[in-house]
Amino acid sequence: MPFDDPAFWRAGAISTTVVMSIVLAMLTIDSLEAIAPGGSHVPPYTVINRHIDYAHNAKLGRDMPTIGQDEPLFGRAVEAPEAAALIERGKLVIQSRACIDCHTFMGNGAYYGPDLTKAWLDPAWEAWAAITGAESREEAMVRFLMAPDQYATWQRRMPNLGISRDEAVATVAYLKWLASIDTNGFPIHFGRIKVSE
Amino acid sequence: MSRSKSLAVKYLAAAVLLFGVMTLAGLASAVYYINPDFLFGFVPFNVAKILHIDTMIIWLLMGFMGAVYWFLPEEFGCEPAGIWAAEILFWVFVAAVLAVAAIFVFVQWGPGTETTLWLFQQGRKYVEAPRWAAIGVALVMLVFAWNVVGTALKARRITGVMAVMSVNMVPLVLLYLIAFPKIDNMAVDLYWWWWLVHLWVEATWEILIGCIMALAMMKLLGTSRRIVEGWLYVEVALVLGTGILGLGHHYFWIGTPDYWLGIGGFFSALEPLPLLGMVVHAVYDAGVHRMKTSNQPAFYWTLAEAFGNFLGGGVFGFMITLPQLNLFAHGTQWTVSHGHFAFWGAYACGVLSVCYIALQEQRRLVTVNGSGWVWAFVLLNGGLIGMVGSLLVAGMAQAFFERAIGGSTLEAFIAGQENPWFMLGMYSRFGFGLMFAAGYLTLAWNLSALGRRQVAAVPQPMPAE
Ligand code: HEC
Ligand code: HEM
Ligand code: HEM
Ligand SMILES: [Fe+2]
Repeated sequence: MPFDDPAFWRAGAISTTVVMSIVLAMLTIDSLEAIAPGGSHVPPYTVINRHIDYAHNAKLGRDMPTIGQDEPLFGRAVEAPEAAALIERGKLVIQSRACIDCHTFMGNGAYYGPDLTKAWLDPAWEAWAAITGAESREEAMVRFLMAPDQYATWQRRMPNLGISRDEAVATVAYLKWLASIDTNGFPIHFGRIKVSE
Repeated sequence: MSRSKSLAVKYLAAAVLLFGVMTLAGLASAVYYINPDFLFGFVPFNVAKILHIDTMIIWLLMGFMGAVYWFLPEEFGCEPAGIWAAEILFWVFVAAVLAVAAIFVFVQWGPGTETTLWLFQQGRKYVEAPRWAAIGVALVMLVFAWNVVGTALKARRITGVMAVMSVNMVPLVLLYLIAFPKIDNMAVDLYWWWWLVHLWVEATWEILIGCIMALAMMKLLGTSRRIVEGWLYVEVALVLGTGILGLGHHYFWIGTPDYWLGIGGFFSALEPLPLLGMVVHAVYDAGVHRMKTSNQPAFYWTLAEAFGNFLGGGVFGFMITLPQLNLFAHGTQWTVSHGHFAFWGAYACGVLSVCYIALQEQRRLVTVNGSGWVWAFVLLNGGLIGMVGSLLVAGMAQAFFERAIGGSTLEAFIAGQENPWFMLGMYSRFGFGLMFAAGYLTLAWNLSALGRRQVAAVPQPMPAE
């Protein structure tokens, strides 16, 4: 009877692990291709030059980002290297301030602040543009990031993290690019259903 | 006592102390949800929370290491290879933990440059420690792996449990290397980050604690090695057979293709099976041996581990693991509810069990009893279950009002956070957190006082010379 022989189960453990690891390796190769900038799910960084929105795709039955006309940040289009530099800087700002230990990105992180996956598309920027006296959404975001405690909307404030203007601009570019990633429909219904008081 | 066991006691003591720091930082983070002005401008929420979850990782790792150093000489019948290096690194480890904690609290952040990642912090959840400290942790784990594997080579014999543990050291150390790179693309960053987080807690750590609990069961109940090892292999097969692809439950929404919805949902839904198996095993063994043991607290913490692992990891994880529901529960207090229950049940209870095993031998107690440990056990588990229940209420309210109805904007987020059910959850979590903290104090007192009073009551006569 093999069942009461530990060696039988040992062989089972080894073979299961090997098979599963091989499958994971293959899926990883495929997934990394899909999520590389310019892959099937993640637009290239130069997408920050375009209009980005989020809409329900009736055929797929889920919400998806849409990429539209030219709409460069601060009205100035950037080439690929400059876009990549902005993204690199933006990520450094995000890591250096541990934003992810208050916020979530694509639902991962901490839950003290709002999810930032679609922060670029948040209707709140209209109000913030008025409060900060900014002409555009990106300018409102920059001003907010540089002094979030001054423009607080409720009692739970975001602290001032000493973000310089250059750093804020790079972070806004990062958040705009982030909003263009196809996240299989998360978050659902973003911004299309109003909450009344 | 052997050098390995002395080192084990040091590691376990450090773990219990850090557990206290973790509890304090958890309470501070929880206050922020009730009073956002608390320490605002001095220690922001994220700093308190980083301290909370990073000390959690470190105290559990130290607890595992303590447990392994404790059992190593018994399993191999000799001192571990390279024990001298482990003894030195213990103090390096402690010093580094203190330095990093001071940097988190006093420096908090730096400019957006690589220098910040090297010196102050890396801003990636659970592995925030700056690179210099991460190198230290990697070194400690390398030496730890060498102690285990090297001793097996030196002793020229190996038990099944130790063989599993030795092989498991390889992924344990390799996965930690994901703590280092800075990856610009958040989708790729999260892809690898989840290898570290999920494959640690739902694969390698699960196997490591399985080995530790197997050794504890043999010691506490005298279960036969053949049975324990058979179970261990079944467990490894099931944990890795479901957990490796179960990784997919973190790949639903991070930009990865939608085949992960099916693969991740299916395999992770099977992950509770091995955890259920462990409960069956523990209950069966306890029954066979009529729960006869000279170390009641260790035995009860072992049972708590089996049940906590299954309920917290298996049941509470299963609740949110299918993509149809995870779309709403993702990144809410519901996740926090599961995270607390699972880490507590699977790992913290196991480490505490080993603490009592080590104490019994170190203080030469024939039996471990008294009422102190019962109070600690009840307050800690009661407080934790209360927190988990509170977070479940808050999390469900958040999933519903912020995600399902509100559409996850800032406005919807605020509506969810101000929802009365959510607020109720936050207040009662804090209340139960205080109960948990009282349990911690009782535990710390019990561990330090245990058996000492009897010794004091019978003073040793001075030698006549
Ligand atoms: C200590 C916690 C904390 C940290 C750290 C933090 N934030 Fe925030 N953040 C908040 C809170 C709270 C709010 C809500 C503020 C308000 O409504 O006034 C917020 C709001 C925001 C918003 C507006 C979101 C929206 O959808 O309208 C953005 C964008 C943002 N934060 C970006 C960041 C970035 C980028 C970082 C890192 C550089 C960061 N935050 C670090 C707590 C934090
Ligand atoms: C007094 C007891 C405790 C309190 C008050 C507490 C409080 C908290 C708070 C407020 C957070 C932040 C969640 C957020 O981002 O909103 C947190 C996160 C976390 N805590 Fe605790 N905690 C306690 C004990 C524990 C214990 C005993 C463990 C495990 C052994 C633990 C493990 C974690 C983990 C893993 C996270 C991250 C969870 C996630 O982000 O999903 N905590 N805790
Ligand atoms: C004992 C082992 C386990 C531990 C310690 C554990 C711990 C955790 C923690 C801490 C998180 C939050 C991670 C973060 O974002 O920071 C998490 C997330 C998650 N866990 Fe577990 N878990 C365990 C087992 C399981 C099992 C067996 C399942 C499924 C059956 C599961 C399903 C999930 C899911 C779906 C999430 C993602 C939640 C979200 O979308 O926000 N977990 N786990
Ligand atoms: Fe997982």
